[in-house]
Amino acid sequence: MFSKINSIYLSGTDGVPVSVEADVSDGLPGFSLVGYLTSELREAQDRVRTAIRNLGLNLLPKRVTVNLSPADFKKDGTGFDLAIAAAVLAAYGKIPSLPLEHAVFAGELGLDGKVKGIPGALVLADFAKKSGFSRIFLPAENIREAAVVDGIALVETGTLRELYEMLTGSRPVLEYQREPEMLKKISFNQYSVDFSEINGQPLLRRAAEVAAAGMHNLLMIGPAGSGKTMVARRMPTIMPAMGLEESIEISKIYSVSHLLSEKEPLITHRPFRAPHHTISAQALSGGGARPRPGEISLATGGILFLDELPEMDRQALESLRQPLEEHMVTISRVRGTYCFPARFQLVAAMNPCLCGFYPDMERCTCTPSQRKRYLGRISRPLLDRMDICVEAAAVTYHEMLCSGENESSAAIRCRVEGARQIQAERFRGLGIFCNGEMNGKQVRTYCVLGKEENAFMKDVFTQIQLSARTYDRILKVARTAADLEGAPEIGRRHLCEAVSYMQIKERYW
Amino acid sequence: MSEKEYLYWLCHIPGLGAVSIRRLYEYFGSFRAIWNAGKNEIAACKVLEAQQQEAFLENRKKTDDLQREYDGLAARGIRFLAMTDQEYPQRLRPFHDSPAGLFVKGRLPEEERPSVAIVGARGCTEYGRQLARVFARGLAEEGVQIISGLALGIDGAAHDGSLEFSNCSFAVLGCGVDICYPRENYPLFSRIQESGGLISEFLPGSSPQAMNFPMRNRVISAFSDVVIVIEAREKSGSLITADLALEQGKEVFAIPGRLTDPLSAGCNRLIQSGAQAALTPADVLEYLGVQYEKKITISKKNENRLAKREKLVYSCLDLRPKHLEEIMELCGLGITECMECILELELAGLLYRVGNQYFCKRL
Repeated sequence: MFSKINSIYLSGTDGVPVSVEADVSDGLPGFSLVGYLTSELREAQDRVRTAIRNLGLNLLPKRVTVNLSPADFKKDGTGFDLAIAAAVLAAYGKIPSLPLEHAVFAGELGLDGKVKGIPGALVLADFAKKSGFSRIFLPAENIREAAVVDGIALVETGTLRELYEMLTGSRPVLEYQREPEMLKKISFNQYSVDFSEINGQPLLRRAAEVAAAGMHNLLMIGPAGSGKTMVARRMPTIMPAMGLEESIEISKIYSVSHLLSEKEPLITHRPFRAPHHTISAQALSGGGARPRPGEISLATGGILFLDELPEMDRQALESLRQPLEEHMVTISRVRGTYCFPARFQLVAAMNPCLCGFYPDMERCTCTPSQRKRYLGRISRPLLDRMDICVEAAAVTYHEMLCSGENESSAAIRCRVEGARQIQAERFRGLGIFCNGEMNGKQVRTYCVLGKEENAFMKDVFTQIQLSARTYDRILKVARTAADLEGAPEIGRRHLCEAVSYMQIKERYW
Repeated sequence: MSEKEYLYWLCHIPGLGAVSIRRLYEYFGSFRAIWNAGKNEIAACKVLEAQQQEAFLENRKKTDDLQREYDGLAARGIRFLAMTDQEYPQRLRPFHDSPAGLFVKGRLPEEERPSVAIVGARGCTEYGRQLARVFARGLAEEGVQIISGLALGIDGAAHDGSLEFSNCSFAVLGCGVDICYPRENYPLFSRIQESGGLISEFLPGSSPQAMNFPMRNRVISAFSDVVIVIEAREKSGSLITADLALEQGKEVFAIPGRLTDPLSAGCNRLIQSGAQAALTPADVLEYLGVQYEKKITISKKNENRLAKREKLVYSCLDLRPKHLEEIMELCGLGITECMECILELELAGLLYRVGNQYFCKRL
């Protein structure tokens, strides 16, 4: 007898429909599993056979053939176990195959029949809904995560026995009851840190605000203990509040990486990823034989914080260049090409030199060539993508102890959201949302300077010897500074501010 | 073959320094005779150690490319001067250790014009950098030739300042005259080549070796009438130059600094042991006997033409680089206002940016 069960293969942050076909026929008894599979998927046959036997069902020794179709792309992972088990049971006639047509199965089996969690349940549920399935059988572990997707029935499957009983009718098919208020109850944008905890540092504060408002990449240079990491950690708290839709998109990436748990089924705040500086290019941008999202994808919608920038692997840093432009990362492997979103904002921090005291020549013990070597580890093209570059001063004792009220993240966020609103209207229909994303042509269109401002910029250029490539960046940042004020035109003071964020002196590079 | 070519060949022999060549010359009477001297003659003159003799005899055989190299010098714009030449600088002649041969790209310092060497730390502070520039500029404006070593820090600032108004900047290098070391100073290197001169006793193509630099210091001081030391640590190459200058009978000036600054310790020590304190370029000019008309001061009063806010920010500036936040705190302006004023001051040439958000007063 023949049976067919629907399942979904997880490819990147997308699904591919796969049907699991099983056939039981007479002949030499045996079990063959085909369909261009990797070895971990091929091992599924042992898990499935044993789990069924431990169910107490006595299957006659027959020739069992299972095929995962389409068979022209390599499939891997352990999520097909449940579908294979269901297909085999249906082919033996142990369960009726009729109600299975509109359902999708996903889950890994243990030998005792327990159904274990799989990565990407959220993506699978979303894809199943979009493909028109009415029901998805998922491991109990993944139910809460998938419950975010509305409009598809979720069936919690704790063990293979439960599934068997549900399908044979001896147990009611219990659909997971979404708590009606669940999504409303989730409190978005709750952070354990706040900008009000930062004393002093007006420059870093301002730079962080402008960076968040225009999605500009930020580079902070300063000695140890000058609050670089503190500010970076608080950057997500001043970015525009996150809605459900964005939260689901971000959660999908975490789901694929198996980073969602029952406790935290949804990413409810903007991610802050701070990988250690020894990270490899693959771990940063995503990789592996079966590519998994890297840190840049996990930082989507939030902040990717790279501390000790010059200590990072050159190759890893260079791998950031393309995603910074395109907001997605494409990883090509033998088995196929995978795309992951990478709409992150880069915040980097570094010391000005090895000892960290430059330009305080009284304390800095580095030689000029040491300093140059240290800074030379960062390539110019990457620096050109850092719109805002600030130097943090060491915190003074007075600032450290000052207990006055500092502005809270909420107040800053309010201004940032206002600026984002203006930008969203400006770029409606262009596929970009922020000033930081403008290309050269868009800068010319949207950052027009008045006569007086043009003359001023000419002065600046000739006197301070700016390079031409910094011009666009100055205009972009000036546009954001103007948006923060709600000013329709870029004024002289906005330009002044933008210019002071540039790495003007090539003293550093 | 001319005497000069023999000297050029002699310069190629490793371990044969200026002093040895001079002593051999005294003994043999001509470079040609040195080159052709037999093994026993070389041994008999007692100038060279056994090891040096061996190296000399060994290297004398390698003459393949020398002729071609020598002929190619002119095409590369390099002049070679032997100590026996008419054009060989008079200032170098009195000293027994002056180089036997000099390579020059560009001009040599003029004999009758006063020249001043400005030396100091490579890793200098803004204070030193700016003073070096001001002194070099002030002296060069009055026609004084500035000699330095094209190193980072003080040297570079001195060259830079002197090139602002005149074309009397000369660099004595610790490598071949066709090599720019350090590379950061390439713009200076090419400017000096055009409107001044690069001088070296080392063969073109020689790499900058650590031992070369103390050697070239004696040439720097020999070329100059006065040596000004701006910023030197307690143990510093600049103090070697000062010592050599004293040995050569030149006057040493030092620029005083705070007692607690390690980078001024060397200068303060020099003053304690009798060097003159240079407070303005005028002090040096007076010593040199140069007539000057303009009143020279270190810090100009330029805040008069500024707007009120800018004046306020300007008054908070110092020669020590201050961070933007420090300036903000001092002047009490908001962050964007402060940035605006700073940019205005920078455009007016009154402020100097160190790094990105550190600023100091421009002299």
